[in-house]
Amino acid sequence: MSKSDANVLRLEHITMQFGGVVAVNDFSMEVNQGEIVALIGPNGAGKTTAFNVITGVYEPTNGIVYFNGKPIVENYPRGKMKKLYQGDSALIYDKVLSQTPDKITKLGIARTFQNIRLFRKMTVFENVLIARHLRSRANFMSATLRLNAAEERANREKTLELLKLVGLDANKDDLATSLPYGKQRRLEIARALATEPTLLLLDEPAAGMNPQETLDLAGFIREIKDRFQLTIFVIEHHMDLVMEISDRIYVLDFGRMIASGTPIEIQTNQHVIDAYLGVQED
Amino acid sequence: MTKKKDLIFALVLLAAAVCLVAVLDRILPQTGIVMTVLKKGCIYSLVAVSMNLLNGFTGLFSLGQAGFMLIGGYTYAILTIPAADRASVYQYFDGGIVQFSIPFWAGLVCAGIVSAAFAWLIGLPVLRLKSDYLAIATLGFAEIVRAFFQWDTLGPLTNGSNMLRKYPSFTTLMFPFVVAAICIALIVLLINSSFGRAFKAIRDDEVAAEAMGINLAHHKRMSFCISSFFAGVGGALLAMYQTTIQAQAFKSNMTYEILLIVVIGGLGSVTGSVLATFLFYAASEWWLRFLDSPLMIGDWQVPLLRSGFRKVVFSVVIMLIVLFARQGIMGDHEISLSGLMKLFRRKRKEASANEQV
Repeated sequence: MSKSDANVLRLEHITMQFGGVVAVNDFSMEVNQGEIVALIGPNGAGKTTAFNVITGVYEPTNGIVYFNGKPIVENYPRGKMKKLYQGDSALIYDKVLSQTPDKITKLGIARTFQNIRLFRKMTVFENVLIARHLRSRANFMSATLRLNAAEERANREKTLELLKLVGLDANKDDLATSLPYGKQRRLEIARALATEPTLLLLDEPAAGMNPQETLDLAGFIREIKDRFQLTIFVIEHHMDLVMEISDRIYVLDFGRMIASGTPIEIQTNQHVIDAYLGVQED
Repeated sequence: MTKKKDLIFALVLLAAAVCLVAVLDRILPQTGIVMTVLKKGCIYSLVAVSMNLLNGFTGLFSLGQAGFMLIGGYTYAILTIPAADRASVYQYFDGGIVQFSIPFWAGLVCAGIVSAAFAWLIGLPVLRLKSDYLAIATLGFAEIVRAFFQWDTLGPLTNGSNMLRKYPSFTTLMFPFVVAAICIALIVLLINSSFGRAFKAIRDDEVAAEAMGINLAHHKRMSFCISSFFAGVGGALLAMYQTTIQAQAFKSNMTYEILLIVVIGGLGSVTGSVLATFLFYAASEWWLRFLDSPLMIGDWQVPLLRSGFRKVVFSVVIMLIVLFARQGIMGDHEISLSGLMKLFRRKRKEASANEQV
C-alpha cells in the first residue's frame, strides 16, 4: 500500500464498537484520486457503519480517517471503552479528533443514503437548492434583506443545471416524495453534487432498481465522475454494477475486511465466495 | 412570473389593509369590541407567526413563548417609563434603579434584543433536547421567568409583583398594525431565504440536513433567537395595548392559546397563523360572548348559558379540530394569488364538468 498524497481518502485501523458489538473491526483502506472504489459485503457486514464513520455521523472507537492527507477523524478506546474494547490495533493512537457531519461535508465529502432521506415537504428544486446553503457567504440579516441576490441567482442557476444533468428538470416543482423511486435516488445524487464535493459516497445507489435502470446508473456515475472530477466510493449489492464500474473493491464480512483488489481478483477470491455463498460443512 | 404577480397581489392587499385600518381608526370607537379584536389580532398575529417560525418551520417544539413575551414587555416598560413618573411607579422601591428613559421605538427594539439574548442563553443547554423534552424545558423556563420577575429582591428593576405603568402606549389601530406587519414581513423574507430553507430542511430530516452541510446547533439557535426576538416585540406591543403590565398575567395558558392558534392556522403557514389569530380572538372576545350570559326567551331560560360556558364550547371546537382537521385551516400552504387562481380554476372546471353531466 502506498501512502502517497494521491489518496483522497484513507482509513487506518478503523474500529467501530457499539457496546459489546464490534460492527467494524480494524478496517484500513484507501481511495485514490479519480478512482471508483466499491465496498461490498453481505448484509450487516458494517458497510454503512464505515460510511457513517467517514461522514462524522459516528465517532469511531479506534482509528483515524484522512481526507486529502489530513486527519479529519481520530479516536482511540477511552473512558468506558478502555475496558470494553474488543477490536484490534488498540494502543496505536492517543489523540481525539471529531467533527460534526456538516463540517466534513464542507471539506468536500458528500453522501447519499441507503434509505432515501429527501426533504419530504419540499419540492425537487428546493431539495437541491438547500445543498447550496453551506457555500453561501450571506448571514441571516443580509439574506433576509435580499442583499445576496446575485449569489442566490447563481445558486438557482446551478441547481437547475444539476437537475437537467440528472434529468429531473421537468419535475422541479413536484414534491420530492411524489417522484418514483429511481428518480428519488437520482435526486439524492444531485443534492449531494450541489455541495461541490471532491469525494462522493454512494450508499447502495442501485437498491430497488431493475436491470435496465441499474445499467443506466452505471453510465450516469461515470458521467458525473468525469464531469465534476470526482472520486467515488460506493456501497452496492448489485454485483453487475460493482464489477462494471469499480476500479478496486474492498470486501467486508462481519466487520472485517476479507479481501481487496480488482473486480477480477475479487470474483475469484475464495474468501469472498465463501462469505457470499457460505462455506460447505463436511 | 407567478412569483412577481403574487408579490404584487400581496402588496395590493397590504395597501388595502392600511387604508382600511386608517378608515376604521376614524369611524370606530377605540375601546369598542371590534377594535379590541383587531388590536389583539395584530399583536398576537406577530407572536403566533414567531412561534410558527420555530414550531412549524424549524420543527422545534417550544413552549416558551409567554416567557419571551414577558421579557419583551418588561424590557419595554422598564426602559420607557418617563423619568419623572418613576417615583410614583416604583413607590415601594425608592423610584427604582433605572433613572433614564428611551423613546418608544428604541424600547421596542430593545424588547426584542433582550428576549433574543435570553433565548441565546437558555438555548445553550435546552436546544440539545428534542421534541417533548424541549417543550417541557422551555415551558419550565417560561414559568421560572414569571416567578423571577416577581422576586422582591429584583424590585428596584422589575417593581416586584407590582404592576408597571405610565410608559408610552398607543391608542390607534394603525400602530400595532404597522409594527406587526413589518415584523411579519421580515419573518416571511427570512423564511423564503436560504436560511429559511435550511430551517425547513432541519424540520424535514435532521440527519440529511446535517449531511448537506447545515450546522444544526447554529441554525437551531438562530431560529430560536429570532423567534424570541419577535415574541419579545409582541410582548412589548401587548404591554403597550394593556397600558399596564404584570408578570402574573403571563401564564402558560397564554402559550397554549398561541399554540392553538398556530395549530388551527396550520403548522408551517404564515397566512394561516394570521388568519387563525383574528378568527380566534373574534370568536373568543366577540362572537361567542353570548354563551357567557344567561338568556331568557319569554319565561324559558336557555339551558347551559352561564359564565364560563364559552370556554366549554371553545374546548369542544378545539378537540374537533385536533381530531378531524389536524392540518388546520391552511396546512402548510399560503394564501397567494396563484393559489387562489388555482382554486378558482378547479372550482370552475368542476362546475362545468357538473353541467355536462
